[in-house]
Amino acid sequence: MIGLTHYLAVAAILFTIGVLGIFLNRRNVILMLMAIELILLAVNINLVAFSTYLGDLTGQVLAMFVLTVAAAEAAIGLAILVIFFRRRGSIAVDDVNRMHG
Amino acid sequence: MIAILAFYLFATLTIASAVAVIFARNPVHSVLWLILAFFNAAGLMLLLGAEFIAMLVVIVYVGAVAVLFLFVVMMLDIDFASLRSGFTRNLPFGIILAIVLLSEIIIAGLSWKAGPALSGRHIADTPAIPNIVALGQLLYSRYLFAFELAGLILLVAMIGAIVLTHRSRRDTRPQNVAKQNARRPGDATRMTQPGVGEGMKL
Repeated sequence: MIGLTHYLAVAAILFTIGVLGIFLNRRNVILMLMAIELILLAVNINLVAFSTYLGDLTGQVLAMFVLTVAAAEAAIGLAILVIFFRRRGSIAVDDVNRMHG
Repeated sequence: MIAILAFYLFATLTIASAVAVIFARNPVHSVLWLILAFFNAAGLMLLLGAEFIAMLVVIVYVGAVAVLFLFVVMMLDIDFASLRSGFTRNLPFGIILAIVLLSEIIIAGLSWKAGPALSGRHIADTPAIPNIVALGQLLYSRYLFAFELAGLILLVAMIGAIVLTHRSRRDTRPQNVAKQNARRPGDATRMTQPGVGEGMKL
């Protein structure tokens, strides 16, 4: 029987892969945003799994809010990426120093 | 039996495609792997009985977010090969970091004791009311303010994205609606009654 821990393990592995992706692709903002989406997906899996196994729908409501914030974050992040690319002609972010903090 | 099989299928494919997102050389392939990961995560959520969230993941993540990523990756002319320069240098330390993080999460999860509410019972087998109905009742009663706030967040994100990426171009001649509306027939036309054979001056 598939228990709660199975889902939690999947979510933990997904979360770790997301963090690894942010760490490895430090120059590529697009891949960093994708890794953030993976992390939020892991959070959603956790919330839905707990919601089901506790019999409380609040977790699914929270998962919906996480989904909303993820969509908004992707839209704003990609918009910033587009204007950054227009200014600099590249998306290498490890040498972003124009704003000075 | 089929549920166990489906769980392992979905879980394996989710994790494998997440790894492929990180390690793919071509960012377009990364986005496509991301779409596969989202689909399989939606399958996991279906197995958990959260049908509405699963469909929402497919619609919002695959239909909106992943397509947005795909547009941006294809629209911007980026030299992706140069962006991978630090990849192999960071790889060993990154793997160590990932292993440490994962083992920490697992240790934290194992040390956590199941409370009395979580004594192995599985709720979603025979729901009295459908998942979507229950979720809607909860969303429009107890979490109404939070729900409205989520809509507000989306509105702010939409306006912010438009304001950030909008640029007024000088070299185009856009439609001037106010000028068009202010134009009257007297400005543009003239009624004349030319006689026979006289013609008319323009």
